[in-house]
Amino acid sequence: MATTVHEPPQIEPRVPELGHSGNGGRNLLPGGGRLRGVRDFSPPPASTALWVGLAAITMTFVAFTSALIVRQGSATDWRHISLPGILYLNTAVLLASSLTLEVFRRSFLKRRGAINAKQGAVDLPRTSAGWLYATLLLGIAFVAGQYLAWLRLNAEGFYLATNPSSSFFYVLTAAHALHVLGGIGGLIYIIRRLSQGMLRPTALSVSTRYWHFVDILWLYLLWLLWAKL
Amino acid sequence: MHDMSTHALHHHAPPTGFIRKYIFSLDHKVIGKQYYGLGLVAVFTGMALSWLMRLHLGWTNLAIPGLHLLSSTGAPGNVMTPEYYLQLMTMHATIMVFFVLTVAPFAAFGNFFLPIQVGAEDMPFPHINMMSFWVTFVAFCVLISSFFLGDGPALSGWTGYAPLSAVGSVAGPGQGLGQVLWAASLAIFCVGQLLGSLNFIPTTLDLRAKGMSLARLPLNVWGWFITSCMALTAFAVLMPACILLILDHVAGTSFFVPSNLVINDQLQPHSGGSTLLWQHLFWFFGHPEVYIAIVPGMGIVSHVLIANMRRPLLSYKVIIGCMFSIAFLSYMVYGHHMFVSGMNPFSALVFSFPTLIITIPATIIVLIWIGSLYGSRLRINSASLFALGFISMFVAGGVSGFFLAQPSIDIVLHATYFVVGHFHLVMAVAAIFGIFAGTYFWFPKMFGRMMNETLGKIHFWLTFVGAYCIFMPFHYLGLAGNIRRYQAFSGYMEPLIPVHRFITVAALITGAAQFIFLYNLVHSRFWGKVAPENPWECTSLEWTVPSPPPFDNFGGRHPVVYHDPYQYGVQTESGADFIMQDSPETAKPA
Amino acid sequence: MAKIFAVTLILIAIGSAIPIVAHIWEPAPDISTHGAVIDEQLSETMVEAGLSFLAAQFVLAIFVWMFSNRPENAKIGHFPGGATAMVLAGFLLVGTEVLALGIFGTKAWASVYFTPPAADAMPIQVQAGQFAFYFRYPGPDGKFGPLHPNLINEANENFFGLDQTNDQDSKDDIVTAEMAVPVNREIHLLMHSKDLSHSFYVPELRIHQDFVPGLDLSLHFTATKIGKYEIVCTQLCGLGHYNMRAYLYVYSQQDFDDWLKKEAALQ
Repeated sequence: MATTVHEPPQIEPRVPELGHSGNGGRNLLPGGGRLRGVRDFSPPPASTALWVGLAAITMTFVAFTSALIVRQGSATDWRHISLPGILYLNTAVLLASSLTLEVFRRSFLKRRGAINAKQGAVDLPRTSAGWLYATLLLGIAFVAGQYLAWLRLNAEGFYLATNPSSSFFYVLTAAHALHVLGGIGGLIYIIRRLSQGMLRPTALSVSTRYWHFVDILWLYLLWLLWAKL
Repeated sequence: MHDMSTHALHHHAPPTGFIRKYIFSLDHKVIGKQYYGLGLVAVFTGMALSWLMRLHLGWTNLAIPGLHLLSSTGAPGNVMTPEYYLQLMTMHATIMVFFVLTVAPFAAFGNFFLPIQVGAEDMPFPHINMMSFWVTFVAFCVLISSFFLGDGPALSGWTGYAPLSAVGSVAGPGQGLGQVLWAASLAIFCVGQLLGSLNFIPTTLDLRAKGMSLARLPLNVWGWFITSCMALTAFAVLMPACILLILDHVAGTSFFVPSNLVINDQLQPHSGGSTLLWQHLFWFFGHPEVYIAIVPGMGIVSHVLIANMRRPLLSYKVIIGCMFSIAFLSYMVYGHHMFVSGMNPFSALVFSFPTLIITIPATIIVLIWIGSLYGSRLRINSASLFALGFISMFVAGGVSGFFLAQPSIDIVLHATYFVVGHFHLVMAVAAIFGIFAGTYFWFPKMFGRMMNETLGKIHFWLTFVGAYCIFMPFHYLGLAGNIRRYQAFSGYMEPLIPVHRFITVAALITGAAQFIFLYNLVHSRFWGKVAPENPWECTSLEWTVPSPPPFDNFGGRHPVVYHDPYQYGVQTESGADFIMQDSPETAKPA
Repeated sequence: MAKIFAVTLILIAIGSAIPIVAHIWEPAPDISTHGAVIDEQLSETMVEAGLSFLAAQFVLAIFVWMFSNRPENAKIGHFPGGATAMVLAGFLLVGTEVLALGIFGTKAWASVYFTPPAADAMPIQVQAGQFAFYFRYPGPDGKFGPLHPNLINEANENFFGLDQTNDQDSKDDIVTAEMAVPVNREIHLLMHSKDLSHSFYVPELRIHQDFVPGLDLSLHFTATKIGKYEIVCTQLCGLGHYNMRAYLYVYSQQDFDDWLKKEAALQ
C-alpha cells in the first residue's frame, strides 16, 4: 500500500488467494497461489448479522436498565412488588427449551457430519424434529406463563401505570416476550426447512444462538426485577 | 459448508414487473435510489420549513401568502402564531436530522455503492434491506401526518424534552397526538435503521471479493461501516426512550414526569418521574447521531478528493483510526448538551474533557486532507469543489465547538444562536456538502449520464457563499445573547433583528439555488451526456462496471482485487496515472 | 476556478473574523464577581479558535491555488513529514490547546458551582412556570413557608401555592413579579419549577441554569453594578417561551429596602 510516492507501490506477483479475506491477516490459506478446495473463511453473513442484532438488542435493554435505575433512584413513590411465583417456573421452562434446542442442534450436526464424510452430499435425510417441537412448545409455554404472571399482578392491583415499579415490570417483560416471539418465528422457520430437507447449519446455529441469547437475557432481567423491584 | 455460491445472494433472477423492479425492489441499487429520493423530498420539505421560519423571524407579523392553507389554526390570516413557529421548527429539525442527514449520505449512497465497492453482487439479506427502506418511509409518513392534525405537530423541538413532551396537550398545541406521532415516527425510524445495519455490517465483513482485504477497502466504505456500528447502538437506545415517552402519554405512566406539576392551574396526575432521565437517554443517542450524520461525509469526501487529487491521502490508516476514535469518543461526550441542565456539576467536567479531546482526531483528519492537497494534481469540478467546501465548513463549524465544550463558557452561550450556528455549520452544511460531492461524483455511475458541470459550479458558488452568509452571523447573534427557539425578539434582542433579516435574505437566495441542483438532477437524468464507465479515472470497483450497473453488479463475474484503492500518481505501461483495484497490472518502479 | 475558490475562501475567512476583531457583537458587560474568569476564558478561546479557523482556511485556500491546473505529468509532491507530522501537530498543538482550555476552565466553573453560598447570602426563591417568573422573599422571619401545588391559582395571584392562613412562615412571604437585589450583596437563588423545564439566564450576571421539575436547584451570585437587567427563559417551554422574561433590578441597599417595603405592602 503506497504511503509515499517516492517508493513504488508494492508489487504483488502472486494471485491472491481464494476466500473473502484476500490478503488480510485472517486468511489462513497458504500462499503461493495454490488453489485449494473452495473453503471460505469469512463467517456466513447470517452469523455476523445475528451479532449485529444481538448488539442492538443488548443496547436496548441497557437503556431500559439505566432508565429503571435512574427512575428508582429519584423516586419517592416506589412500591416494591413481590414477583409472581410463576416467573420462576417460566424461567425453568425457558432454560429447558434452550436445553432441548441444544440437544437437537448437536444431534443434527453429528448426523450431518457423518453423512458428509460418507458422501459429501448436501442433501439431508429427515432428522427427527422431536426436540425442535419440544423447544417450540416450551417457548410458547414461556410466553403464556408470562401472560399469566401479568394476570397475577393485575389481580394484586398492579397495572401498567399503578406505580413505576409495575411500569417497569410490564415494559421489561413485554419487551422480552416480544423478542421471544421473534425467536419462536425463527424456530418455526427451522422446522419448516427441516421438513423440506433444506435446513442449513448456518440457519440453525443462528436461530439457536438467538434463542440462547433470549434465555440469558431473561435470566438477567429476572435478576434485575428481583433486585430492583 | 459455505462457499461463495451459497451466498447465492440467493442468486435472485433479474426482477420482472414494475412493482418488483421499482417499488418493492430487492436490488440494493434501487433501494439506494429510493432512499436518495426520500432524502430529496425530505430536504426540500425541511428547507421550505426553514424559509417559513426565517421569514417569521425577520418579520414577525408578516402575512405569508397561502400559509393558512397549511394550517388554519396555525396561521390565521396567513400570520404565523407563536406555537406554529415552534411546530414548524420541530418538524424542520426532525426531518433534517433523521430523514436527510442520516438517510442520504449513509442509507442512500451506502446501499447503492457498498456492495459494488466490496465486490459483491448484493447485500446478503435483500428482503430485510427492502424492509429497511419501507419502514423508514412509513416513519416519514407518520411524522408528516402530524402536520394534518387539528392542533398540529409537536412543538417541543427535535430534542423533545420532558416534561413538555410527556404531559400531553395541556402543555400546548401539538403536544397531544402530535407528540405521540413524533415519538412513534422516531421509534419506527430506529427499526428501519437497525434493519439497514443488519445488511451493511455483514456486507462489509463477509461479502468482500477475492483479494479485497479490509486494508483495501475504499475510505468511504470504512465511513459506512463505522457509521453502521454507531447506528446500531445509538438507535437501539432512542427506541426505548421513545416507547417510554409514548407510554407516559397514552398509558398514564410517569417515567419522565415528576409529581406536583401544575399546568393551567391543574395538578398533573403524574408522580416521581425523572426529567433528566429523558435527557440522558436522548443525548446518549443524540450525540453519536450527529457523528452518524458526518462520518459518511468524511468518507465520501476522502474518496472524492483522492480521485480528484490524483494521489492517495497522507495516510489511509490514520484516517480510519481517527474515524474510529471519533466514533468511540462520541459515546462519552453526550453530557455536554447538559452542562446547565441541573445534573451534577462535577459530571460537567467529566463530559467536558472527552469533548475537548475529540477535537484531536477531527483535527488530524482535516490536517491530513489539507496536507494531501500539497503536491497533488488537483482537478476542479463540481464534486471536488463540494469536497473542498466540506473541509472549509467542517473547520468553521468545528472551531465553535471549542467554546461550547467548556462548561464555563457554555454558561454564556448555552441555548443561544451560537449553538445553532455551530451545529448547522459543522453538521448540517458540511454533511450536505458531502451529499452534494457524492451526488456529482456518483451520478454518472448511478444513472449512466453526466450532470451538467456549469450548473454544478453555479450551484456550488451560490451554496458555498450563501451558507456562510447564513450561518456565520448566527455566531455573532449568539455572542450577543440571542436566545434560540424564540419566535420573536424583544428587549435586549431587539437591536439584533436587522441581522436576522440579512440572514433571511441569504437563506432565501441560497435555498433558491438548490433548485438549480434539482433541475440539474432531473434534466441530467434524462438528457445528460451519456457517461463513460469511468469518467473520473477512479480506481475503486464501482468504476469497473457499466454505468448504470446491471442488476447483479458484476454481470456474473467475481472480481479479483489486487490493489488498494489509492493507486494514483503511478506510472503504468498504458500511460495512465492510476491502476484499478481489480487490475493485475503493477506500477512501474519509479 | 481554483483561484477564485482560494480568493473567495480567504475573503470569507477574513470577513468572518472582522465582526469579532471589531467587537461588533459581544456578550453584555459583566456585572458579576465570578464573571471575569469566564470572560477571560472566552477571550482566550476566541483567540485560539479564531487563529485555528483562519490558519486552516488560509492554508486550504493557498494549497488549492498552488496545486490545481498542474500539467498532467507534474510530479506528485509530498508534504514534509507526511502523516506523522499531522498526527504530531494534532496531538501537540491542538491537544495542548484544548487541555489547557479544559484545565483552566475548571477554575471558572468551580468558582460558580463548587463554592457554597456565603452564610449570610440573601435567599430569594424564583419559580418558573408557563410563561412567567415569580419571586419570593422570605420576609422578616427569614423563612420560606411550604408550597402547596394544589393551592396554586393564577386568578387569585397565588402563584406559589402558599397557604397564608394556616402556615405561619408563609404569612410574611413577599411574592413579586420582578426581582430586585441590593448591589454587592451575595444572593442565594433557590430555583423551583411549577410545571416544566425552564431556564434562568441573565447575560450580564454570567449565570445560567435550568429549572428541573422535581429537583431543588440553586445558584448564588453577587451583582456589582446598579441597573435594570433582563432575566430570560432559555429552555423551550411552550408557545410563550419567547416572551418569558422578568426584570432584575440591582439597587443600592437603601433603594432595595424601599422596594421591598413597597412590595410587602402590596401583598
